[in-house]
Amino acid sequence: MKPIPRRSNAPVFWGLFGAGGMLAALFGPVLVFMTGIAVPLGFILPSDAMSWAHMQAFAQHWAGKGLLFVVVALFMWHAMHRILHSLHDLGVHAGAALKIACYGLALLVSIVAAWVLLALGF
Amino acid sequence: MADTSDTGKRMRIEVLRYRPEQDAEPFLQGYDVPYSDDMSVLQGLQYIKDWLDGTLSFRWSCRMAICGSCGMMIDGEPRLACKTFLRDFPAGSVRVEALAHFPIERDLVIRMDDFLAKLESIKPYIIPKEARSLAQGEYLQTPAELDVYEQFSSCINCLLCYAACPQYGLNPDFVGPGIMALLHRYNADSRDGGASARMEVAGSEAGVFNCTAVGYCSEVCPKHVDPANAVNQNKTRAAGDYFLRLVTGKGGAK
Repeated sequence: MKPIPRRSNAPVFWGLFGAGGMLAALFGPVLVFMTGIAVPLGFILPSDAMSWAHMQAFAQHWAGKGLLFVVVALFMWHAMHRILHSLHDLGVHAGAALKIACYGLALLVSIVAAWVLLALGF
Repeated sequence: MADTSDTGKRMRIEVLRYRPEQDAEPFLQGYDVPYSDDMSVLQGLQYIKDWLDGTLSFRWSCRMAICGSCGMMIDGEPRLACKTFLRDFPAGSVRVEALAHFPIERDLVIRMDDFLAKLESIKPYIIPKEARSLAQGEYLQTPAELDVYEQFSSCINCLLCYAACPQYGLNPDFVGPGIMALLHRYNADSRDGGASARMEVAGSEAGVFNCTAVGYCSEVCPKHVDPANAVNQNKTRAAGDYFLRLVTGKGGAK
């Protein structure tokens, strides 16, 4: 029989995908509600809840920074992994180039998010 | 053979034929088969072979969903021919083809070499966790310990889940749903100690991470095994093994 292929590195990407999926399920709908409905309409939340001053203070607090980073970065890893696998289902099979493009974009967004958040200061 | 002389009902059975020595490629051939309500698709095929066309080839044995031999595509769905009844095709015609995703040996007979090689690779037997002498008696198990793996032991190797799995269709190197169900059947057995040896397959590039959680494998299983569940439990285990080996320096896969 054929030799058993080598160990898959998928757990790294599957782990990021799973973590992003969990966050997306927990925070995704409420973020859509807050940023898309509640704040713009002044419904439940005050309409200045996401004002520049409030959001800057949020992003300058270490906890706010952490939350923004994991939401942006892990959502991105989740999305790119899902897109890569959906392309596979549609017959576009992941070669090295496609994998680098998908996961590379997620990595790039993670780095930019971290850099921007740190540049905002504490 | 069921007595079909007096029902007057006819079923058009379209069968995918392929005889490698004379056909360039598979083609559909239709037969008009008299049937009664208690006849299975398998009995329809047997009628064709006995009365209409003796050259038709198909696998069968037990006629009661035990042996797993008569898996085929019936109107495009992977099903056991013995467990599917002609009365359930009221339009009066049914299309029967060889199982999807497998090379055709002849007519409805597929080659299962790939499956058998994979089956061997996962060591489908209990590797005792601890040696026991005869004097020590049997390996005892509680009903709760049995419950953990019992459903997975119902697999009859009929390959319907492989015909259902789009990922196996795209990449035949994937070990696939049935093998993962069997791998899990042994890993989850309280008497077994072979999980790390089997991780070499589960955690490999041909392993669990090829699954995209479609779940059709579990839907088509005629024995109510849940291979999708086995695959997904082992994704977690394979991920644990992947990261833990960095800490412990062990781990199953190479």
